[in-house]
Amino acid sequence: MSQPTTTHDHHGPAAAHGAHHEPNWFLKYFYSTDHKIIAFQYMFTGMALALVGAFMAYVFRMQLAFPGASVPGFGVVSPGQYNALITNHGSIMIFWVAMPVLIAGFGNYLIPLMIGADDMVFPKINRLSYQLFFLSAVVLIASLFVQNGGFGGAWTAYPPLSANKAYNLTPWGASMWVLAVALEFVAFLLGGINFIVTSMNSRTKGMKAFDVPIVIWNIVIASILFMASVGPLIAGAVMLLFDQLLGTSFFNPNRGGDPILWQHLFWFFGHPEVYVVMLPAIGIVAEVITVFSRKKLFAYRTVIYTIIATGVLSFFVWAHHQFVAGIDPRMANVFTVTTVLISIPIAEMLFVYIATLYGGSITFTTPMLWALAFIAEFLIGGVTGIYLGASGLDIYFHDTYFVVAHFHYTFFPIAIIAVFSGVTYWFPKMFGRMMNETWGKIHFWGTIVTFNAIFIPLFYLGAAGEHRRIFDYHSFPSLATPELQAIRIVATVSLLVMLAFQPIFLVNFIGSMFRGKKAGKNPWKANTLEWTADSPPPHGNWPLDQMPEVHRGPYEYSVPGREKDYWPQNEPA
Amino acid sequence: MSSSTKTIATTRSAMGLPTGRLAVWWVLVSEIVIFGGVLVSYIMNRVGHAEWAEEASHTNTWAGAFNTLVLLSSSLSAVLAHKAASQGNGKKAAGLLRLTCVGGLIFLIVKSFEWTHEIREGFTIQAGGFWSYYYTAAGLHAFHVIAGMMVMLWVANTAAKNEDLHRVENVGIYWHFVDLVWIFLFPLLYIAK
Amino acid sequence: MFNHLVPNAASYSGEVDWLFWLITVIVGVWFIAAEAMFLWLIFRFRARPGVPAQYVTGKEPHLKRWINIPHFLILICDVIIIIAAVRVWVHIKQTLPPPDLIVRVTGEQWSWTFADPGPDGLIDTADDVRTTDELHLMVGKTYHFKLESKDVLHSFFVPAFRLKQDAIPGRTYTGWFKTQQKGTFDILCAEICGLGHGVMGAKLVVEDPPQHAAWLQAHAHDADMAAMNNPPADSTSTPATPAAAGAR
Ligand code: HEA
Ligand code: HEA
Ligand code: CUA
Ligand SMILES: [Cu+2]
Repeated sequence: MSQPTTTHDHHGPAAAHGAHHEPNWFLKYFYSTDHKIIAFQYMFTGMALALVGAFMAYVFRMQLAFPGASVPGFGVVSPGQYNALITNHGSIMIFWVAMPVLIAGFGNYLIPLMIGADDMVFPKINRLSYQLFFLSAVVLIASLFVQNGGFGGAWTAYPPLSANKAYNLTPWGASMWVLAVALEFVAFLLGGINFIVTSMNSRTKGMKAFDVPIVIWNIVIASILFMASVGPLIAGAVMLLFDQLLGTSFFNPNRGGDPILWQHLFWFFGHPEVYVVMLPAIGIVAEVITVFSRKKLFAYRTVIYTIIATGVLSFFVWAHHQFVAGIDPRMANVFTVTTVLISIPIAEMLFVYIATLYGGSITFTTPMLWALAFIAEFLIGGVTGIYLGASGLDIYFHDTYFVVAHFHYTFFPIAIIAVFSGVTYWFPKMFGRMMNETWGKIHFWGTIVTFNAIFIPLFYLGAAGEHRRIFDYHSFPSLATPELQAIRIVATVSLLVMLAFQPIFLVNFIGSMFRGKKAGKNPWKANTLEWTADSPPPHGNWPLDQMPEVHRGPYEYSVPGREKDYWPQNEPA
Repeated sequence: MSSSTKTIATTRSAMGLPTGRLAVWWVLVSEIVIFGGVLVSYIMNRVGHAEWAEEASHTNTWAGAFNTLVLLSSSLSAVLAHKAASQGNGKKAAGLLRLTCVGGLIFLIVKSFEWTHEIREGFTIQAGGFWSYYYTAAGLHAFHVIAGMMVMLWVANTAAKNEDLHRVENVGIYWHFVDLVWIFLFPLLYIAK
Repeated sequence: MFNHLVPNAASYSGEVDWLFWLITVIVGVWFIAAEAMFLWLIFRFRARPGVPAQYVTGKEPHLKRWINIPHFLILICDVIIIIAAVRVWVHIKQTLPPPDLIVRVTGEQWSWTFADPGPDGLIDTADDVRTTDELHLMVGKTYHFKLESKDVLHSFFVPAFRLKQDAIPGRTYTGWFKTQQKGTFDILCAEICGLGHGVMGAKLVVEDPPQHAAWLQAHAHDADMAAMNNPPADSTSTPATPAAAGAR
């Protein structure tokens, strides 16, 4: 814990920033406590794992399209391998891509810069958080290569399958998977405390709660949701690990345990978790659309209230994942009500975004294209959630590809589209140079079109009754028809095309770091505080005597009677 | 030295609360839901399994009660340590914190005797649903006791040098929480028979 | 919905389909309206030289309407969806019409076994016919099914019935359906259950009572064969009875 004094003594912050000896590169990039470096560590780890998760999707989609054929770069996919691939694809994409990139990556990078602070309140805890996270990633990846292979009981890890090695046949994989997930949670608890306390307590002079940019609000509320929901699952993970290793009987029905208990613990966290990753993404979109339509956010406070409403409601919907899991059927009615009602705050939030475009002056830069695409695509994911929330219909749709399509239409916009929006938007700040717009747009169109071509077909497959987590449909006559197989091939081929477009981004990203046009402090003419720092900001973000002060809200664009169409938060009136 | 990474951010207080204390409260929020998860699971199962009462009757209520007393008194010394620290008396605060740790140690020793006895009787963690919860919940709590003691010893060392005295209060808040968890565990695991 | 995709083979299949269409219409209208508005605004307010953006706070009543009115309309739509969904749910999952016959359905790694009440029409009697991976039913009859699992979670999924229910070890779930169409359909397992999840399925044959009687006749000797469980061909590397191994 650190010092809450308000005066700086001689070995205080000044010493930290004035330090002129260059630390060696290892200390600088791997053992730094600078929030920006830690943000990069999270982001790059997340991106690397996104490639791993995408590779897994490639392998199992190839298996689905061409069952039994040898997949180039992998080989023949056995049923056990298929299960391990989807399980770890899901786990990686959510816990090791969406979480680290959106919350930890953008959170670490943006919070201090946007609230006018030099760093997080607990830099060392921040570093520890990343180290634990890295360790968890190592454990997870290692679990794929141990004896008997990786865990294959789905990312939801329902016992008894996950708890008993006689059933799952992967004693090592299963335990390492649980361990990795638990470690990851602890890492994010540490990070979350930092995010929450920093944004609550370290706002710069003049910045009131309602002057804080939406993206920061969202990251903080997401962190609070995470902290308040993950506890039971941490406890659950310990219990599951004990069931696996010590022979306890928490979830073992043969000895008085209750397998459904795990589902409650999992989804009590699992559902808020989807909003945990959604909120930062929605926040990024708010920043981008206001800047590129030169408009004030249509209703700043409404957005914040809808976020809070969504957050609160999200604690009361978890059993919509368990309608047909053997819970008391009367409970389903309660959860249908709460689930369908969540459409109100989310619709309101999206409508505010759409309304923000009204009267704007919209320029279609790459980040803006991604942000607009987010809204368009996320709507599809949102409305299909209503089909599933309707208990009567979920009897049919549960655990079919309709669900798979639903959550890819929410997760892909969040973890990929919004992230691309954020990365391309803040890239000039992060690396001091602009990315190439032409290549950015080619990558955008290539990714968006193929994205729809992958997942729209999956809605159709789900409607046809195709169930999830099946390595090969030949055993089921009604699903083995040539018509459905053709649709599976369409989805897979679209994925191949999408993957072929990704090197464009990677080359553009890395190339622009060194070759891009110099960006200057504020290339997009934006209002928020990060644009008043140098690009890239130095350690400490601003010189000590020039910490910004705030005089207005973050979205004062196109204010009448002013020469410039933006009005930075720190500019004196 | 640790203050070289102390940031301006750490010294601000836009909420009017010291940063450290704010953080401890948020730590407690996350801890509450962790223990909440275990305890609610336990209670739901306990209600559904009348036969657990018989298993629970093999726990040693007296040892549990004694430990409750020990923890409560250690919380008292933590309060006194805070008082000493706020008067600027780091030496005294350090001494009281160490005394608090002794309380924790007694608690753990009693616990280990209890567990050894129960395991000898055949009530291992595998002996049934109740025992799974008994060892896991109490074990999770004991883990927190150990962690709290370690932090407390570290804080006592800095406090003895009259540095960072505000930490005495923060670690005290944490210790009260550990204490409070036990107040829930004791009736649930020992008394409800 | 899916008549052309999946037949409507149970009495309540149509209700589920109807719910699908209801929701499609309601959210479809909203979806199209939102996307149309969105695209129009993008087009209408694209940057043009000399046209600055307007300063809109969102507090203007004539603009605020665009958020507030939808708010209440969506609430109304939600109520409609909820009522419709709960009605279908209550009918399928919370009512138990008196049965003509009772069958047992048991999931295990990785096959379904079934017990037909046999010629006497009573379950758990000596003439029950037990089968693996094949269930024969009579058309036009109301059935109760008693669902169990021997090892891990499975999920009894009959797309043609629009029916799904998880099988939980240690519990027996009783549900119902009424057959209304003859034919051969798939029974799937919709909950991941290990290596063989991808091959765990069964054949459902709904037939006329005389055919059913003939089938019973032919399979009378299958009584008490349930204990025999043939793991799917590609799961030879696993213990023959994982259930037993797990229960130890
Ligand atoms: C970030 C990801 C994310 C998000 C945002 C959501 C959002 C929603 N989800 Fe989704 N969901 C997942 C990720 C997500 N989900 C995942 C990963 C799973 C599967 C897990 C697994 O089993 O592996 C899942 C599964 C899932 C199920 C369980 C399905 C099953 O297994 O049987 C249900 C059921 O209710 C559901 C519902 C909803 C609802 C109602 C919303 C709502 O929040 C959506 C609200 C938004 C809108 C409704 C759109 C905007 C509104 C309008 C345009 C107005 C018009 C609307 C009306 C009139 C209603 N989801
Ligand atoms: C964030 C979440 C996320 C994301 C992004 C994806 C992405 C993809 N998913 Fe995944 N998926 C899940 C979460 C996710 N998935 C989950 C939770 C499950 C359930 C698992 C279970 O059942 O247990 C699942 C299951 C699942 C299935 C069902 C398998 C089955 O049930 O048998 C399928 C089938 O097609 C599938 C396909 C894909 C495809 C083709 C992509 C493609 O979109 C992938 C394309 C990838 C990229 C385009 C990445 C590009 C990255 C870079 C270029 C690096 C830069 C990165 C950053 C800037 C971050 N996924
Ligand atoms: Cu049985 Cu899947
Ligand atoms: Cu959910």
